[in-house]
Amino acid sequence: MSREEIYERLNAVFRDVFDDETLTVNDSTTAHDVEGWDSLRHITLLAAVEDEFDIEFSMGQTVSMKNVGEMVDYIEKEA
Amino acid sequence: MEILQYPLDGQTLLRKKLKLKKELSVRPELIEKRIAVLGGSTTNEVVDQLELFLLDYGIKPVFYQSEYAQYWQDAMFGNPELDAFAPDVVYIHTNWRNVTAFPTTQSSKEESDRFLAEQFTHFSTMWEKIAERYRCPIIQNNFDRPNYRLLGNSDISDHRGRSNFLFRLNQLFYDYADTHNGFYINDIDYLSAAYGLETWGNPLYWNMYKYFLCLDAIPLLAKSVADIIKSIYGKNKKVLVLDLDNTLWGGVVGDDGVEGIQVGPEVPMGQIYSEFQRYVKDLKSIGVLLAVNSKNDEANALAGLNHPDGVLRPDDFVNIKANWDNKDRNMVQIASELNLGADSFVFADDNPTEREIMKRAELGVAVPVMDKVENYIRTIDRGGYFEVTSLSSDDLVRVRMYQENAKRQVLEKSVGSYDEFLESLEMKATIRRFEPIYINRIAQLTNKSNQFNLTTLRCSESDITAMADSPDWLCLYGKLEDKFGDNGVVSVISGEKQGAELHMRLWLMSCRVLKRGMEDAMLDTLVSDAKAQGMEAIVGYYYPTPKNGMVKDFYRNMGFALVSEEENGSTTWRLALDGYVPKGPHIQIQR
Repeated sequence: MSREEIYERLNAVFRDVFDDETLTVNDSTTAHDVEGWDSLRHITLLAAVEDEFDIEFSMGQTVSMKNVGEMVDYIEKEA
Repeated sequence: MEILQYPLDGQTLLRKKLKLKKELSVRPELIEKRIAVLGGSTTNEVVDQLELFLLDYGIKPVFYQSEYAQYWQDAMFGNPELDAFAPDVVYIHTNWRNVTAFPTTQSSKEESDRFLAEQFTHFSTMWEKIAERYRCPIIQNNFDRPNYRLLGNSDISDHRGRSNFLFRLNQLFYDYADTHNGFYINDIDYLSAAYGLETWGNPLYWNMYKYFLCLDAIPLLAKSVADIIKSIYGKNKKVLVLDLDNTLWGGVVGDDGVEGIQVGPEVPMGQIYSEFQRYVKDLKSIGVLLAVNSKNDEANALAGLNHPDGVLRPDDFVNIKANWDNKDRNMVQIASELNLGADSFVFADDNPTEREIMKRAELGVAVPVMDKVENYIRTIDRGGYFEVTSLSSDDLVRVRMYQENAKRQVLEKSVGSYDEFLESLEMKATIRRFEPIYINRIAQLTNKSNQFNLTTLRCSESDITAMADSPDWLCLYGKLEDKFGDNGVVSVISGEKQGAELHMRLWLMSCRVLKRGMEDAMLDTLVSDAKAQGMEAIVGYYYPTPKNGMVKDFYRNMGFALVSEEENGSTTWRLALDGYVPKGPHIQIQR
């Protein structure tokens, strides 16, 4: 899957989870950039991303990912 | 909303919860309930999902969540915030990870028993505190299976095994539920098994986020809790309306003839329809009313229901519509003949087109996806439509009562005047103060009655007990029987004394005894009791809802004078007791 394709699907996930039809994320997006992205919503987000790409984040990854770019790196590798 | 119906798509429910909440929140007629979720683990997603399911059931929840894992402290030592919140329901969300001590391999049987008693007391003292402090229903998770079985298969049978310990602890919970009103078990032992224990208990969710179950399973858990809550508040479905061809038997009776339809033990297809018929008959035994809505000639429909190998018989149904009318029209007809709202109906039909028509008619009928005969039972069973939180004796005989009503309708047509008809019924009413054996039925009526209900005040069993015990209240229930049978408790009235006035907070009656003079019998009795207690007037209130229009002028018709009328249609009425002339209905009143 290309990074572009991943972003297309990932943006759809973000829009659902944060209920914001205009939301677009990129490599450098972090939790600070998105309204409502707190630790609780983060859990919902990770679950939705796992379901969308049929992957599983391991214990370590869920804490080590610093921005959306790193999340996409992992999806690129696994999906 | 279809997405909140079995089978659940947990992933979508998590991902789209914000949008779904917005859509559900604008529904009319939501009743507000205050729900305290006391967790032994993280509860945020549980609360979010529970909100969706409750909104779909017409309940607008307001939540209190204990601080992380503070369920026991909150309940035991009190908490000003929780006290101020004044919950209508307390839900205790715990699982095996909240058990603080298990037997070890060194434990003697006596030690295991002592641990068991200690763990049980930890919970039961908490329940007692909650019941005493908040007088509200309690919902308690039982225990799911632990994350490993140290003793392998023996873990479930050996007293030192954690599985065995939890099994025994669960049994103590069930004994408690069995002996305490207003205490309900949320069966996560079943839910985790049905979901798949290994996925359910994925340790990642506990260690990362302190959720004891995986996120995708939370909607399932939330639906289960919501089913209990809506059942407590009388929002269960009441009637299962069934199609016939390819729903209750295989084949089309009009084309294949009675001998050609599949039901009974001869062939696998026949067996599976028999199993479904057996399940439907079992539903009848918990008080679910059955009806038929089928495109068929009536003679063929009845012939099919009399199939020698069938389980269901025509007299299992309180209403049979077998004709060529549209099914949504039939549904409206059945609702009016049974005096029930179509929104208390579930429609089971194998034909997706018929289901679509029913949905589009927007009658509020639940339409489960009955897509393969092997899934029929599961689809209805797991739908939670008829969740049992109390089996009152009335539930068990309800079907018979509706059948007796049909006989009364025949008699009514055969006698000259309506007065003659009433006289010929030989009615006897028992009207008394609230008694413990009827508390359950009385609470149920306050939650189920929508049409003949002046204030629609919804009460839990604890609320009813509190009223009954207080010297400031005058509470009466009314039972009505006649020569065709006993209708059970059909009317509830309850007033609060203020000086020499009795203010009516509850006045309701079951629609199955409309136009029999029961309301006259209730008022006659109330007036005589109120006078005996020194009251000088009764003040009645009518609060309009979309469903109780039939009693808008009730107090006027009973001889009350209008005191005031609000813009929203609420009215206040007054009846001076001095000079009251008893209505004297055709009912012999027993006190």
